[in-house]
Amino acid sequence: MSAKILEVKNLKKYFPLKTNLLGREKEFVKAVDGIDFHINYGEILGLVGESGCGKSTTGRTVLRLLEPTEGRIIFEGQDITHLKKNKLRSVYKHMQLVFQDPFASLNPRKKVGNAIDEVLYVHGMKDEAQRRETVRELFDMVGLRGEEDKYPHEFSGGQRQRVVIARALAVNPKLIICDEPVSALDVSIQAQIINLLVSLKNRLGLSYLFISHDLRVVKYMSDRVAVMYLGRIVEIAPADELFKNPAHPYSRALLSVVSVLGSGKNKKKIILEGEVPNPVNPPSGCRFRTRCKYATGQCSEIEPQFKCIGNGHFVSCHLY
Amino acid sequence: MALNEEILEVKDLGVNFYIEDRVIPAVDGVSFSLSKGETLGLVGESGCGKSVTALSIIGLLQTPPARIVKGEIIFKGEDLLKKSKEEMRKIRGKDISMIFQEPMTSLNPVFTVGHQISEVIMQHQNLPKKEALSKTMDMLKLVRIPLPEKVIKQYPHQLSGGMRQRVMIAIALACSPELLIADEPTTALDVTVEAQILDLINELKNKLNSAIIMISHDLGIVSEIADKIAVMYSGRIVEYADAHSVFNEPKHPYTKGLLEAVPDINTDRRQRLKEIKGVVPFPGEIKEGCRFKTRCDCARKDCMIKEPPILQVGTNYVRCWNYA
Repeated sequence: MSAKILEVKNLKKYFPLKTNLLGREKEFVKAVDGIDFHINYGEILGLVGESGCGKSTTGRTVLRLLEPTEGRIIFEGQDITHLKKNKLRSVYKHMQLVFQDPFASLNPRKKVGNAIDEVLYVHGMKDEAQRRETVRELFDMVGLRGEEDKYPHEFSGGQRQRVVIARALAVNPKLIICDEPVSALDVSIQAQIINLLVSLKNRLGLSYLFISHDLRVVKYMSDRVAVMYLGRIVEIAPADELFKNPAHPYSRALLSVVSVLGSGKNKKKIILEGEVPNPVNPPSGCRFRTRCKYATGQCSEIEPQFKCIGNGHFVSCHLY
Repeated sequence: MALNEEILEVKDLGVNFYIEDRVIPAVDGVSFSLSKGETLGLVGESGCGKSVTALSIIGLLQTPPARIVKGEIIFKGEDLLKKSKEEMRKIRGKDISMIFQEPMTSLNPVFTVGHQISEVIMQHQNLPKKEALSKTMDMLKLVRIPLPEKVIKQYPHQLSGGMRQRVMIAIALACSPELLIADEPTTALDVTVEAQILDLINELKNKLNSAIIMISHDLGIVSEIADKIAVMYSGRIVEYADAHSVFNEPKHPYTKGLLEAVPDINTDRRQRLKEIKGVVPFPGEIKEGCRFKTRCDCARKDCMIKEPPILQVGTNYVRCWNYA
């Protein structure tokens, strides 16, 4: 299971902020600024970080919903970085996206069954009876048997997210990018959707890029976890290893504030000082140095490189 | 704490919403009490009535469509529900104040931070502007805002989410309230900022000895800050106990379900998460029996017909027939 389904090399996505007189872009928000990672077949890679660190931009750029500024995206051995729009459709048969907000991602005027029927039609299933049968199977699979003829407003948030998952599954994808799929849901419903995602993964052999800010959920879901800070991946490691031995000072602070139920008030927390710097002008050298208590002169001059510290654990920090 | 001076007692509070020709009971018979320096965690999912309870206490409920139909809210020996609007305005911001979830919508975008904090101080303490401003500066320092002399002249949009929430806290604490209501104060914030804010609230509580009502859907956050916890479901408190008992010996099936539904850092991945089946019922949807009956694994015959009374089980108060 070591073959890579997705490989991302030096991916960058800059959003232009201002243009000068000649219409050339002068300043950029460096949302994603040179990241490398891969996902193996059947693997769940968790992507965590705080708002504005570039995790959602990463997800969208990988899908080419946003055009990458630089870098390469290789999906199933094929370089899709510069693929033409009409060719991308064949890629979307194997790579799908589940958004955070199930309220915004369904057309309120369309019966949910028809929304999925359309997906099947667009992707080449022309026989109507066959489409109807497939829609029925999909609804069965996500636990909404016989609910195809309802409108989105007739469902609760959790059920709507099930519909969105069914739609993503309609094309038999191999990789699903889940962008905060449970963040908008109530606690008791979250568990239902997480269980559904896990069981579908096992049944259909899917891979996920699981983007979330909730570390507890990411720990539970992921095989490996990548931690992002200000457009860069600072640490990437197998989930158990990362949560046991976080190496990067940022990951350590992040993990220390995860509340453990019933731990009481005496838990030791690392409270980070200050705020995330502006992604237009990120600090020189290591981006975390402005908030890092271990920062030395070296950190402001040289950007740390990714180093392997054993057990498949990679970190970009001068401490190692 | 030896001297448990009770400052708030909510007795059998009931709030209905009247929308078109429907009556929606959002809060139905909620009772709890709070002493000085104590923190109560009010936990529940969206629509369970926790924010409506809070807004009733501070007198900010929109009426209509809402109406308080029964109960008493005794604050320092007086029933707040019997006070006039004018009297409530004097209490609000001074004796009782509130931190809201979304700091952007609760601050006025056209006034500076300094103006908004000093306004509260001038209103309630009758101080001249100059003294109010110097007190404002102290408040900004208290909530650990860097460069307060700069921030005092800034507008809310110039600040980050965490900073705005600190300004909200500064406004709420400007008159050292005896009761502070925090409605999901960290939900809109990142985890590292959340840690900063919780730390701050805890520290201020120790300094000012205020009582706090902490409303949250996240049991993890509540576990870090609360002394006692009330779990709400569909307009009712279903379990009420000290924090330790709720986390270590939960009694109500809903509380148990909530605790097990959240994956922990130590949860084994091969183990399926325990889910609470079904969906949260619409307020007023369940007419008879226990409100949790449609989602409960241990629902029995009694549960279908009669609503359970509040029973004392060990140190917990719980609304469940399984303990009758």
